[in-house]
Order: sequence, then structure tokens, then C-alpha cells
Amino acid sequence: MASQEMEQLVRREYTQGFVTDIESDTVPPGLDESTIAFISGKKGEPEWMLEWRLDAYHQWLKMTPPSWAHLDYPPIDYQAISYYSAPKKPEDRPQSLDEVDPKLLETYEKLGIPLHERAALAGVAVDAVFDSVSVTTTFKDKLAEAGVIFCSISEAIRDYPELIKQYLGSVVPKADNYFAALNSAVFTDGSFVFVPEGVTCPMELSTYFRINAANTGQFERTLIICEKQAQVSYLEGCTAPMRDENQLHAAVVELVALEDAYIKYSTVQNWYPGDEDGKGGIYNFVTKRGDCRGDRSRISWTQVETGSAITWKYPSCVLRGKDSIGEFYSVAVTNGRQQADTGTKMIHIGEGTRSYIVSKGIAAGRSDQSYRGLVKIGPRAKGARNFTQCDSLLIGDRCGAHTFPYQEIGNATSTLEHEATTSKIGEDQLFYCQTRGISEEDAVSMIVNGFCKDVFQELPMEFAVEAEALLNVTLEGAVG
Amino acid sequence: MMLEVKDLHVTVEGSEILKGLTLTVNPGEVHAIMGPNGAGKSTLSAVIAGKDGYEVTGGSITFEGKDVLEMEIEERAQAGLLLGFQYPVEIPGVKNIYLLKAALNAQRTARGEEEIPAPEFMKLVREKLNFMQMDPSFLQRAVNEGFSGGEKKRNEILQMLVLQPKLAMLDEIDSGLDIDAMKVVAKGINSLRSEERAILLVTHYQRLLDHIEPDVVHVLVDGRIVKSGDKNLALELESRGYDWLVEGSAA
Repeated sequence: MASQEMEQLVRREYTQGFVTDIESDTVPPGLDESTIAFISGKKGEPEWMLEWRLDAYHQWLKMTPPSWAHLDYPPIDYQAISYYSAPKKPEDRPQSLDEVDPKLLETYEKLGIPLHERAALAGVAVDAVFDSVSVTTTFKDKLAEAGVIFCSISEAIRDYPELIKQYLGSVVPKADNYFAALNSAVFTDGSFVFVPEGVTCPMELSTYFRINAANTGQFERTLIICEKQAQVSYLEGCTAPMRDENQLHAAVVELVALEDAYIKYSTVQNWYPGDEDGKGGIYNFVTKRGDCRGDRSRISWTQVETGSAITWKYPSCVLRGKDSIGEFYSVAVTNGRQQADTGTKMIHIGEGTRSYIVSKGIAAGRSDQSYRGLVKIGPRAKGARNFTQCDSLLIGDRCGAHTFPYQEIGNATSTLEHEATTSKIGEDQLFYCQTRGISEEDAVSMIVNGFCKDVFQELPMEFAVEAEALLNVTLEGAVG
Repeated sequence: MMLEVKDLHVTVEGSEILKGLTLTVNPGEVHAIMGPNGAGKSTLSAVIAGKDGYEVTGGSITFEGKDVLEMEIEERAQAGLLLGFQYPVEIPGVKNIYLLKAALNAQRTARGEEEIPAPEFMKLVREKLNFMQMDPSFLQRAVNEGFSGGEKKRNEILQMLVLQPKLAMLDEIDSGLDIDAMKVVAKGINSLRSEERAILLVTHYQRLLDHIEPDVVHVLVDGRIVKSGDKNLALELESRGYDWLVEGSAA
């Protein structure tokens, strides 16, 4: 097979590109104090929240965008972005799925996400975020019974101000980095989860984010708190319609795990990666961090990243509590002209802390991909342990994969293991499979899925199936 | 007849390797293709299997009446043409058992049959594994990854036993095998012999034919079959070498 055909094989069209026509209530592009006051006012926020946002904004003004990542993109004009967009009548939001705009439901159908079915059959409560405002929340009663709070961050600011004051920005400070500061100033919605002491959340919580209004940046803010001995599994899945202009997405996710708590956070991300020249895709600059604050707490990040033109994302764990555990399982697929600089940070502070990193990168087309991982062992983290496995799979000969492992070791009793491999799907491998009767496309998907299985097995069941399907779609080509 | 190769001309990177090869294989027969290095032996099986980079400039290949050259690689396999490789490739991350199952199901689906139920599949594979004196741990290992030369060859035969092709083509299956491994591999191949099936062995040496008795032996020299005969031809080649035939073909 010629390399040209190989390339065709990995090229595919974005099958989830379409735009839903729901009138938006959008502010004009631009960012200043009045924009922030507008957002805060729209959300009916208290004064202290506005001040919090303005403080973040002022810090952001003094900061510069990071340039250390292995990414290449033109400067972003932050004044050309519209920072708020909501479905037209926020006051009469539907109380149940029956009242949801049928066009939205149709949108979910097109995405292969039958919301009501999914919610009913899988027992998943869905806090659907659509253009920055939660449109519907289900299963609230069942959660309330267990004492679990699952609502939009805006609701939480209004209804649980003490929890917000205590925890918001406590893991990712307002001025943590350029994009986090921007998010802190202008975030419009996102999810809030609070699981009280001793409670295991009775169902997996799921939010589908969706970017819709043209040229509107999405600034989600998610905060998940697990009190002592509490447990929750949270699923985040994203898709986006086709776009001509780049859409900036700068989310912040904060996780707090107290003593013996366990938070499992899984993401499947499939945003529009841009056309063949990389034009029009989503810019995804995300700050995700979990704080293992209590002893023996555990935070696990699992991500399957297939979309976006640019991904800048490092879900991290701060292992403060004694014997706490941080985990990071990642599959990142890039194709076409996609660029991804992703990885994790494991900051070992407490004694006996452990971290596991399994990163699988798949690069095809002309894409470029980097794994960037930091393992930092503090002086008090006696007996800390890290295991890192970092593998890259190349499809074709015009893509690139890079690995940047950083280690900072502050004591002599810690153990670090690092394994890394790079392999390539060769024409010989595909030919071999084909001579056994397996089609080229199935052979690619078999090899890719085999490569990713260590990560997929960490995903919740229905997500794992979705992730495999997504990978197949992502690497689908003009074959057959 | 099962396989008919007529006046086949094949060019690789601009130079002609097969120069009018003609070969007929009937069901139930075992054919051995022998010849000196560079004669085009491996090219023949590669072209029949559909490997890229081989340009057919003349002639035809038909399998059970169908034009093989018009078929996709996987369609050839689905039709019952299976190639055993001289150097099977490693596929990290893909378990052997997974490849076997995917291959078997792809072929069944192509024939309009249901996919094989898991228990039935396991039973079948265990039986064949046992026959090839392979440890069950093979199934859980990545395809050919870290396999010794002998293990790779056994694995090729295991696939044949599971997939049950109509025509099994084996390219230098004996290379790199010690005598014990050779016996096991030969036992596997012999078990494939049947009235409905044919086997095409490509080999440089006679020693494989001590274990698998061919019905027809062909000598391939400089892109053409210059002589065909029964098993005694192989023995003659063993004692006389190829030179006497090479000289003859140069004319």
C-alpha cells in the first residue's frame, strides 16, 4: 500500500458537524469589566462573586499566554470573542425533558446521545450544558435522597455560597495560569457536585458539554467535592458542530477529595478538529486539577481525547494526604493537522503517596503530539512511588510524537519507574491482517484498540464502548 | 481445477521477476515450488495473496473460476486463499486470540455465516493449539511479538488450522526451524491435506519434503517453471542442485 493510500485511510470527515438553530442571547464581542458585570448579573450572582471575577480579570490583564508548549497557532484576539450566550428564555427553562426544545433533543440524537434513553436506561443523571446554561437536570430527587448535590455552578453560587466560598479556586487559584485566570473572570457555567461524608454517589454523573453559538468561547467551571469516605464517578463528554472560526475553550475543573474519598473523572472529548488544513477547529486550553487533600484519598483521571485543533491539557493530582493515590489514564488521538500537548502532573507532598500514569498517544495524518508529564516528589513525601508508562503509535510518516518527561525528586526514599515506547502501524502489519481476511479499516481499528486497551479498561462500561466507536470514527478513512 | 496461473508476468520496481509462469493446482493436491534464490518463488505467493508493489504486466490468476487479480486482499483470504509468511510481522498490543477470532469471523461473515459463538471458538482454538504443541499462553500474547522463529512458524500453521483455507500457500515455512519444530510444523500441514484442499509449498530445500510428501514438484528458474515432476524430482534436485536446469533455461 502506498503512503498516499495510507493517508487516505486515516483521513475522515467529521460526522458530527451541524448547527442547531436556537436563538442566542449573546453579548457583543469584547472583554472588559462591564462584560464581566453583565455575565455576573445574568447569572444573578451575589456581589462577592462579581468581586472574585474582577480580581481574576485584573490578574489576567497582567499575565501573558504560555509559550512553552509544543504548539503552533496564531495569537488569539480576546477582544474578538463573545463571552456570553444563552438560550433565549433563561427564566422559563424546562423542568423536565418533555419541555426541552425538541431541536436540542434532535441535536443529541444526531450525536448519538439519546438523552432520555441514556438517562433512563443507564441510570445516569444528566446535567446538560448547552451554550453555557444548564437546560435540564434529571434524577435530582434520587441524588437529593442520598444527600448528593449535583447542579450547575451558577445554581451552586446562589444556593450553596458557603461551599463555593470555601472550595472555588482552592485547587486552581484564580491566577494559576493565563487560561485559568481568564476562566475565573468569565466562566458562564459548568457543574457542581458535592458528595457528603460517607456517601457513595448512587449513580454515575454525566454532563454533556456542547459548544454551539458561533464564535462564542466556552468557559466551563466544574467543582467536585467528596467529603470523607465519599465516592463519585463523573463522566464528561463533548462534541461540537462544524465551524469556520476558531473557538476558544478554556475550562477549569477542580476536584477535592477529603480523607478516604475517591473521585473518578472520565472524559471523552470529540470537538471539531478543523478541516484538512486545520482551519476552524476548537482550541482547547483546559486546567484540570485534583487535590487529594485527605489521607488515603484517591483521584483518577481517565481521558480519551480525539478532537480539537489544539489541545493544551494536563489533568493533575496534588497528593497532599498521607498514602493518597493519583492516577492518569489517557488516550490522545490526533489526525489531519491537529496538535496536542497533553499529559499530567503528579505532585507528591504527603508520605507514602503513589501515582500511576498510563499515556497512549496515536498520531496520524500530519498531526503533531506531545506527552508532557511532571512527577514531583517533595521532601516530606517519604516512600512515594510513581509508575509511568508512555507509549506512542504513529500512523503514516508525516506525523510526529514527542515525549517530555520531567522529574523533580526531593527525597531519597521514593521510587520512580518510567517506561516509554514508540511504534508505527506498518503496511506490513495491515497486509498481514488483510491476508487473514480482515479489512484494512478493521485492521487499523484492531491495532489501535489493542494499543489503547490499558486505558479503555479504566473507563466506565458504556463510555468504553463509546470510546472505541469514537476511535474508529476518528481514524475512519476513504477505504472500501 | 482450483488455482490456475497462466503466463504470469510480474514486475517489481521496474525489473521483471516472473516471466510467463504457468501453474495449475487441483483440489487434493500438494505442490512444491522449488528453485534457486532469486528465481521468483516468494514473488509468486506474494502476488497471489495481493501484496502491494508487485505489478502484473501480463497473464492471469484464477481461483475457483474467479479473477484473483480483481479481488481485494481480504477478499482473497475470505475466498479461501491463505498465505503463511516466511517472516510473520509482529503486531504489538493485539492479542493472538483476538486476531484469530477477528479473522475467523471476517471470513464467516463474508461467507454469509454467523459469527462463531465464543465457547465454540475457544474449544476449536484449544484443540488446534494442543495439536501444534503450543502453550495456551500464546493466545494471550501479542501477535508474534517476542516469538522465536519457530514459534512464529507454528503460529502461522495454527492460523491455518483454525481458518481452514481451501488453498494454503506456505512461503519458506521451513526456514529457521530446528528438526523438532519442523516435525510439528509438518504435522500441522499434513493435517490440512484433504480431498477438497490444496497446498502450495514454496521451499528452497528438499528437507521439508521429507516430512510432507508432494504430489507435484515444480522447479522455478528465472521467472518460469522449467521443469515439473513427482517427488523424485525433489530428490534429484537435492543431489544435482539447480545448475543443470539454470543453464537450460538461459537458452
